[in-house]
Amino acid sequence: MKEKRMNKIKITVNGKIHELTIKPWRTLLEVIREELKLTGTKEGCGLGECGACTVIMDGKTVNSCLVLASEADGREILTIEGLADEDKLHPIQEAFINHGGMQCGFCTSGMILSTKVLLEKKPNPTEEEIKEGISGNFCRCTGYTKIIESIQAAAKNLR
Amino acid sequence: MVTYYRKLPKFDYRMPKTVKEALELLSKKAKGGVKVFAGGTDLVPKLRSREVEAPEILVDLKGIPKLDYIQYNAKNGLRFGPLVTISEIENSPLIRDHFSVLAQAAHSMASPQVRNRGTIAGNICNAVPSADSAPALLTLNARLKLVSLKGERMVKIEDFFKGPNETVLSGREILREVKVPPLPAKSKGVYLKLSPRRAMDLAIVGVAVVLIQEDGVCRDIRVALGAVAPTPIRVKKAEDILRGQRVSDELIDKVAEVASQEARPIDDHRASAEYRREMVAILVRRAISQAVRS
Repeated sequence: MKEKRMNKIKITVNGKIHELTIKPWRTLLEVIREELKLTGTKEGCGLGECGACTVIMDGKTVNSCLVLASEADGREILTIEGLADEDKLHPIQEAFINHGGMQCGFCTSGMILSTKVLLEKKPNPTEEEIKEGISGNFCRCTGYTKIIESIQAAAKNLR
Repeated sequence: MVTYYRKLPKFDYRMPKTVKEALELLSKKAKGGVKVFAGGTDLVPKLRSREVEAPEILVDLKGIPKLDYIQYNAKNGLRFGPLVTISEIENSPLIRDHFSVLAQAAHSMASPQVRNRGTIAGNICNAVPSADSAPALLTLNARLKLVSLKGERMVKIEDFFKGPNETVLSGREILREVKVPPLPAKSKGVYLKLSPRRAMDLAIVGVAVVLIQEDGVCRDIRVALGAVAPTPIRVKKAEDILRGQRVSDELIDKVAEVASQEARPIDDHRASAEYRREMVAILVRRAISQAVRS
């Protein structure tokens, strides 16, 4: 097969600009994890079903396994590593810890980023709105009760 | 056995700046073919699982400016571009006010993450029988503008779908615009979806209804079904029963029954044909009743 063209991209991840030369079939998730070594973003299904790879791109949650790195050129991306302020955790992270909103932790990064966008739009969400906000993030451990409690606590702390 | 692939297959990626450039790329005789790419929420998983063959070139429309417009006026109705995302349709006050059935269908789809990327145009062009936006657009009498290097043509959405994953769109055309004629102010729209999970799931049955009612009389009604035939379908015999008649529970039951007969469902791992047919009747009855009462 003919050699494919490499693509040059410039992406801002957690406030830091990265210029990269990548193969066109690489996903944003692969670049985040393998090039930038930010392994807080997880790969679950790799098919856009589970939400473990959720990141915030230009203010909106996306499944980074479904975004080609080439498409992310010029975009601003926030991963779980960009949430804390140095040693001070983000209030959503604190709420998840204090309320046991995780067991194995695999879905937690995505859960927290979906929560962030949800609470920006709805600072005082109902339980139904919370469920809808995290409907694209699967947890296979806790059964969601503790996660919903964590989000309610985070909302309260952020208001 | 299912093989799990870690990486996407190899392809070239282009981001043309104009529709013409994109069409020129599409008309290229590349060995492995050329594919249009917008939201990627359908295509990327299919590429990854090798369900579709990797094209030589992916043509990403997102580099073309001004394809993400939503425009409405009372005289000409609604027009929107191929890059309008499912989220944008779901949250557009214009669409919620005037074409609520489409906003409801958009809201029922996948997850926030997928809706933020996926486009309505892509949902239609992929032509999955269970595509939620399709029954809604069928009840809205949407028309699609298809462009190629040779010119453009308008296709009614009713004539667009040919079979599962198959449409009249040729490999050298792009769906350039979705047009929806205006609806009378008194019209009501309802989309109901039956699926085991409330999010991140495909419809076992999808039902869209648009009803125009005046003083208890049905001036016009359009009913469309998803996931119960090779393509999304209008059920016109069912519609004819209520059109022009005084709305009553008995007539709504009759519409539901005929709609269920018009469905051509299959047995698969999601549901049996028998169950689907039964659910068409129930959902059609429920959707019309909701439209009558709202």
